[in-house]
Amino acid sequence: MSPFEEQSEIVRQEQLTPEIFRLTLKAPEIAGTARPGQFVMVRISSCYDPLLRRPLSIHQTIGGKQVQLLYKVVGLGTRLLASMHSGQQLNLTGPLGHGFEFAGKQAICLVGGGMGIAPLYFLAREILRQTRPPKCMVLLGARTAAELGPLPQDFLDLGVTKIHLATDDGSLGHHGFVAELLPQHLAPDLHWTACTCGPQPMMKAVVSQCRQQGWECQVSLETMMACGISACLGCAVPRADLSGPYLHVCKDGPVFKAEEVAWL
Amino acid sequence: MNQPDLRVTIGGLVFKNPVLTASGTFGYGQEFAPYVNLHHLGGVVVKGISLAPRRGNPPPRLVETTGGMLNAIGLENVGLDRFIAEKMPYLREIGTRVIVNILGDSLEEYQTLAQRLSEVEGVSALEVNISCPNVKKGGVAFGTDPAMAEAVTRAVCAGSNLPVIVKLSPNVTDITLIAKAVEAGGAQAVSLINTLLGMAIDIRSRRPRLANIVGGLSGPAIKPIALRMVWQVAQAVKIPVIGIGGITTTEDALEFLLAGATAIEIGTANFINPRASQEIVEGLARYVTDNRLAGISAVIGGLVLS
Repeated sequence: MSPFEEQSEIVRQEQLTPEIFRLTLKAPEIAGTARPGQFVMVRISSCYDPLLRRPLSIHQTIGGKQVQLLYKVVGLGTRLLASMHSGQQLNLTGPLGHGFEFAGKQAICLVGGGMGIAPLYFLAREILRQTRPPKCMVLLGARTAAELGPLPQDFLDLGVTKIHLATDDGSLGHHGFVAELLPQHLAPDLHWTACTCGPQPMMKAVVSQCRQQGWECQVSLETMMACGISACLGCAVPRADLSGPYLHVCKDGPVFKAEEVAWL
Repeated sequence: MNQPDLRVTIGGLVFKNPVLTASGTFGYGQEFAPYVNLHHLGGVVVKGISLAPRRGNPPPRLVETTGGMLNAIGLENVGLDRFIAEKMPYLREIGTRVIVNILGDSLEEYQTLAQRLSEVEGVSALEVNISCPNVKKGGVAFGTDPAMAEAVTRAVCAGSNLPVIVKLSPNVTDITLIAKAVEAGGAQAVSLINTLLGMAIDIRSRRPRLANIVGGLSGPAIKPIALRMVWQVAQAVKIPVIGIGGITTTEDALEFLLAGATAIEIGTANFINPRASQEIVEGLARYVTDNRLAGISAVIGGLVLS
């Protein structure tokens, strides 16, 4: 499916926590074809600082007309984005990249850390919308309970029944890392497919757990990128065997099979 | 109303307008087809091609800087054979001129590339990236030494009947010396500037932000330097000059044409606005119409100094 460049009007800007925002945009072309795990490139400023578009994964589409993005303020670009309000316009390109593969799986476990939770919500919704949904487990982690904000409840509202949380400071759920929840909660007699997105060390731990159990694992990677459309070639990641041409997150990903990429 | 005349001539080739896309910022053309009517452009300069495929540099390869970006992609490309087999069939059909950017480690590699590409239907011209190190001569970049720049130009021209554009590096003391050298070597045009060497450091980790430590700066930040160099080179040589460096708007493009560029290439702007090249074609057409000019050629070299 070909991507679009779309001038999009902001419908809603919601502040979920002191640092986390949810932005809803009118973008019917992108919303009409987007799949879970795909991303958009957002042009935040019409000036030259920040210069480049920002890649943001799609948190969900609404009614095939709107695109929702979940982001945390981490730098100049996201700070500017957070200052924008409904009625203002943003230019988006997307939907870009390859998303998660979830059709025909027996049991799927979504493992999200921090802002990596963003694309997993869209994925959970699409999994549950299937006529015969698989067993679906959701494991979410963050540094603190405050950082998770309303996100766990959002998953419950979707109809997710099995959800477990972990926080680094123990303020909510398991006191520790989210990857530690996998062996605790995933029935070993099922063939699980883990879909994970979050900080690199967290995903590495999830990949390692899956490898031990012989489960499938799909990872959504984030890198610096200038264009999102495989022209700049800035988003290179090494293949698992460290040889051959680099993979590119924008085109070959952002979702990869864990065994395709090197976990250095 | 008549269509404004945007045609320009470089190396005996007529381009429908002076707007080209810069190598390494436009993939192999197809990547931009969802956003741009490629046949509206003056031409497409494709990602630099070497004889064998190149992996490029390890990541991180890219960092944003104020008004620009640093890249150290390391000339990753599919290599000549795959380029001809997989990319040219599409490029032949895009309805505009295709310029192939070439790069090599030795004079022989440049010449072989020129020979092979001359036989490929649909290639209009070659653009020679001379910012690469000459492996056989201790790794000094071809583009920083006038004699080596001339030698590589001669090698390419001897191997090809296509118009040869030599892309100049700005990382030299006097770019006009290199421009004159490649003119003497037989180049039909020069394009400039390639990226400026730069660097960025992460103060928390104290590490360079690029795995390659240094990289090439591009984007609006470099435009004044590029414009100055285009103006200097346009004074120094008789062959056409193609201006490159931070061109993001129609106004930027007009500045380069006034400074003496016959055509321009759009680079980093393609990343920010994938439609930038086409919008600049449209903007130049409006400028010619609004100012009742005979054509865009009336703008070229029109800088007023007194």
